[in-house]
Amino acid sequence: MARRYDSKTTIFSPEGRLYQVEYAMEAIGHAGTCLGILANDGIVLAAERRNTNKLLDDVFLSDKIYKIDEDMACCVAGITSDANVLTNELRAIAQRHTLQFGEPIPCEQLIMRLCDIKQAYTQTGGKRPFGVSILYMGWDNRHGYQLYQSDPSGNYSGWKATCIGNSSAAAVSILKQEYKVGETDLHEALLLALKVMSKTLDMTKLNAEKLELATLVRKDGHTEIIVKPCGRGAEADQGARGAGGGGRSFQAGQVHSQYKQA
Amino acid sequence: MRKMVFKRILNCRVNVSVVYSPASHREFSHYSLSLSLQLSYTVSRAADMDLQCLIGMKFNDFVLMATDMSQLQRIMVQKSDDDKMYQLSSHLVMAVAGEAGDTTQFAEYIAKNIQLYKMRNGYELSPSAAVHFTRHTLATHLRSREPYTVNLLMGGYDPKTDAAELFYMDFLGASVPVNFYGFGYGGMFTLSITDREYRPDMTEDEAYELMKKCISEVKRRFIVNLPKFRVRLISKDGLKDLPVIVAEGEAA
Repeated sequence: MARRYDSKTTIFSPEGRLYQVEYAMEAIGHAGTCLGILANDGIVLAAERRNTNKLLDDVFLSDKIYKIDEDMACCVAGITSDANVLTNELRAIAQRHTLQFGEPIPCEQLIMRLCDIKQAYTQTGGKRPFGVSILYMGWDNRHGYQLYQSDPSGNYSGWKATCIGNSSAAAVSILKQEYKVGETDLHEALLLALKVMSKTLDMTKLNAEKLELATLVRKDGHTEIIVKPCGRGAEADQGARGAGGGGRSFQAGQVHSQYKQA
Repeated sequence: MRKMVFKRILNCRVNVSVVYSPASHREFSHYSLSLSLQLSYTVSRAADMDLQCLIGMKFNDFVLMATDMSQLQRIMVQKSDDDKMYQLSSHLVMAVAGEAGDTTQFAEYIAKNIQLYKMRNGYELSPSAAVHFTRHTLATHLRSREPYTVNLLMGGYDPKTDAAELFYMDFLGASVPVNFYGFGYGGMFTLSITDREYRPDMTEDEAYELMKKCISEVKRRFIVNLPKFRVRLISKDGLKDLPVIVAEGEAA
């Protein structure tokens, strides 16, 4: 380990800005888009997947969306290796809480803990901030369905609908117009997510293989998190149908084509 | 009263496994020299743990807890207005008995941690989560150089689930939910009474009378004099102090 670190990584600029944190957010601005929408009866996360090389072996079903706990999942945008470290830590924090208190960690507490860690990296010498923004979706018995976003600075906030990554500003402005607070149910939220993704990304670029979708709903006293890397061929869609995925829960390819015709 | 003899084996490394029964602090059973570990003093030190009496009973809408008020030092009563119950949160109370010093230290540590959670998050821990946390702390310290020798009864009311809860927890880190329990020698006499008379649908007055019966049985049959008991009730309205019970009647 180098003893002499570059102490310039974590000091303020003359204008009172933290450059390293801003550069990290810049890096995220070039990453694949992630979108989250809070509905009355569930939450939707949609992510643009960038690694669609034919030669890639699909060992992991999903490289953008991770399940953290029984009641929480997250979607990452930015440097994947940084994201792996953070999601690992999120899972450990959640389990440590359950070990101590015997109950699932409330969503905001989990994000607060991780953001404290992220903040430490903006204040210690020789380390760079994590180049990842994370969208969290979760349920707890205190506040119900929740959607949060955290960024490299260690700040977090709760949202009804938001977007991170490439073209996120355009997506957020569309969401502002289209999202109806308190009147959106899960199916509409899915359609809206696809619509926004199509509009902000290049239409020709967007196809079923490039999109990952996840939903979180509460059924019979337990939480159901379905992560669908939709379009991994017909098998995935068949899997959804075979699993009795209910008329309303999405077969994303189907929903997508539905929209295209709309 | 037979004098309790602690076998203090200094400078000797033996693995002592003690089968915990009420009489076990009078004798150590099952020595084995297979491993060299430090001698565990946990049982021998807190001989007066059993002289203290903690009683708890859970009913449909409330929990009733009683603790004796004598602070004992060897053969002397140091004070007779001691409070062995600690309020952990608005709907949770912990009654503690055990080694002098450990009781206060552990109880305050848990109480302040539960308060810290409330300050950090804006809401309180539920009783079952707080009990889980307490048990976890106790069990973690058990196999360290600083074990706490305390027996606890934790009684509370969960406003969210509208349920009264009572938990037994002992110095070895075991914890179970119970309908009623009594710690110590006095508790043994209490259990006989509650086994016979307890009903979960009792009213507050009936429960208080039952507690009086238990305490007068302790006065009748227990060799150590525990004249006064502090009584508290936990319900959805929080904590309520009930009148101190002074046992009447003669010893058997």
